[in-house]
Amino acid sequence: MYKMAIIGDRESALGFLALGFAVFEAESADAAGALLTRLAEGGEYAVILLVEAYAAELGDIISRYKDAPLPAITVIPGKSGGTGLGMKALQSAVIRAVGADILLKD
Amino acid sequence: MSEIRVNPTRMELKNLQKRYDTARRGHKLLKDKRDELMRQFLALVREDKELRMRVEEALCRAYGGLSVAAAVSDPHMLEEALILPKRHSELRVELKNRMSVTVPVFALSDTGVEEGGIYGYAFTSGELDDSVSALEGLLPDLVRMAQLEKEAMLLAEEIERTRRRVNALEHIMMPRYLAAIKRIKMKLDENERGNITRLMKVKDMMLKEALAEKHSFFPDEE
Repeated sequence: MYKMAIIGDRESALGFLALGFAVFEAESADAAGALLTRLAEGGEYAVILLVEAYAAELGDIISRYKDAPLPAITVIPGKSGGTGLGMKALQSAVIRAVGADILLKD
Repeated sequence: MSEIRVNPTRMELKNLQKRYDTARRGHKLLKDKRDELMRQFLALVREDKELRMRVEEALCRAYGGLSVAAAVSDPHMLEEALILPKRHSELRVELKNRMSVTVPVFALSDTGVEEGGIYGYAFTSGELDDSVSALEGLLPDLVRMAQLEKEAMLLAEEIERTRRRVNALEHIMMPRYLAAIKRIKMKLDENERGNITRLMKVKDMMLKEALAEKHSFFPDEE
């Protein structure tokens, strides 16, 4: 059995408490990065949600776990609304596979 | 382009031809694999794109409700309401082999959702109740999205690798083999031609010799 975690600022992450997520508050992107590394290395969490505001600066840590089956690090919009970062990750996967961005077209 | 340097012998030619055939078969197989991977990947990405748009929209709405709830109620109480989840969401993870890529499959298993919802409604505001139940409804989608995105990443990596292999075979290995085969064939043909001219020459010499001998025996005969 694996658990699910969310890393984000207090306001964004708090709501996930009620869903049984392990909530990790981070004040800054650096703290979030350290948390993310710890959680991903620990192997206890299969799904780690990461708030966009921090994910923007943690590209290298996220891409470190991109090619491993676990954990799945998913970027979600934070309190301040979506900036489309999650979609960008998907786009970059498409570009990697296809060689061009064909998502925008349809 | 560096060439394959081998001795121009029939044996090497046979070996090279065998390797070329293997490369061609492998190339075809890998190309088929790439096409199928791509098909699955695109279906996956389309589904994920839709899901993500829906999830992001719903999340933003839930956040809105939460901030209203935070504004109208005591922050301590808000935290208190949320901090003791009677729900413990856990994930069953199976690793599935999808086109030779190991992908995780997440299955949500709720252990211990107690009767009467996940928290007491008595002291909480309506906004909070709404947002929490909205988030709750979002949970399966979130898990599905996490799985789809992970799968997409893993498939993308495999597609990239397969594409590189296909290209390496198509543009480097196979032309090299072909060039080496051609060179050996030309060399062997050249040897063969050399042999034939030599034989013809020898035949001429032998004919001349025979004629000269004939002349010496019958000098009057014209």
